[in-house]
Amino acid sequence: MQNDPGHDRKVETFIGVLLRWGVIISAVVVLGSGIWYLAVNGAAPRDYRHFHPEAQDLRSVRGVVAGAAKLNCPYVIQLGLLLLIATPVARVIFTVFAFMEERDWMYVGITLLVLAILLFSLAGGASVF
Amino acid sequence: MNTLEFSVVVCAVSAVAGFLGSLTGLGGGVVITPVLTLMLGVDLRYAIGATLVSVIATSSGAAAAYVREGFSNIRVGMFLEIATTIGAVVGAAVATRTPASMLAIIFGAILLYSAWESLRQKHDEPQGASCDPLAEKLRLNSTFPSPEGFKSYRVCRVKTGFGLMFGAGMLSGLLGIGSGAVKVLAMDRAMRIPFKVSTTTSNFMIGVTAAASAGVYLNRGYIAPGLAMPVMLGVVAGSMLGARHLMGARVRALRILFGCVVAALAIEMIYSGITGKI
Repeated sequence: MQNDPGHDRKVETFIGVLLRWGVIISAVVVLGSGIWYLAVNGAAPRDYRHFHPEAQDLRSVRGVVAGAAKLNCPYVIQLGLLLLIATPVARVIFTVFAFMEERDWMYVGITLLVLAILLFSLAGGASVF
Repeated sequence: MNTLEFSVVVCAVSAVAGFLGSLTGLGGGVVITPVLTLMLGVDLRYAIGATLVSVIATSSGAAAAYVREGFSNIRVGMFLEIATTIGAVVGAAVATRTPASMLAIIFGAILLYSAWESLRQKHDEPQGASCDPLAEKLRLNSTFPSPEGFKSYRVCRVKTGFGLMFGAGMLSGLLGIGSGAVKVLAMDRAMRIPFKVSTTTSNFMIGVTAAASAGVYLNRGYIAPGLAMPVMLGVVAGSMLGARHLMGARVRALRILFGCVVAALAIEMIYSGITGKI
């Protein structure tokens, strides 16, 4: 089995366009909710001089989605940021399919391993350390 | 400063950083964290969390442009990604137990290295006759287009590259940066991949590595929506503008200038770390 750069390039082009749309959509969500956030909280003092971890619900995918569904403003911003974090994950998922199409099972396995590490991290698995 | 003024300033700084970062290839992330901490007094942990998110924006946003410019090697990228993502998770976990002043010193050192690396003239290392048999087994050898048709290349020192990539991932998780400079070191110098291929492959890897760290940062509460919002929007706007100017622009002078700014920030970062101001 030979690597086919032409095919790889087609896949990469498709993924590149997909990723750009992911960035645009997440930027629109963050921009919209950001304007809203500043309209409500703009005059309030806020400094980030001292570190207080964000609220527990803002620290998990599930909590963010639940908060955003209630249209709670900081949660909608965080959801936009999560969409952005999801773009490289989408890239890895599409690469799994691309390797499947090429019947390159070794790389299907390698890509699935990378995907597993990403999902482990996003699910909070690293908190055990 | 109230929240509105603060957000506008952060957004403007991030836009400039994103613009210069994409124009010079250094990435915007390397300057945003020092500017946030040194000039705006933001806690290093918040700054790292916000910057990391913007690193993903730059990587994903530029992917389409990079495909046009050269050929990434998806197999090399994905194989090395095993090392960078594991490294990133470990690095991000270690970061939460490392004193901020120590992180500032490491950050400064990496910043200095990145500035130096960006000023170096890029040229391909000569290829060995046979290179690594492991590269054959992993199907890493490939071709890329050149004016003289497809040129094939072989990948060397796979294990060394893999090890260096673990380090690059760890730094990325520790400091919330893309650590593109270390990735290029591993691929150009150790694995002898042509730089056209290694630059595009590195961009692909930066986003995936950053996503692995982002999970840990999210769970530890480092990603503050109110701060990450202006940083991300600024970087996206700036780097989109920068990418538009990328083709054919003569950026040598700008690269030197930006490299000097980064070096100055690096030294101040190390100084603040040593004196305990961060």
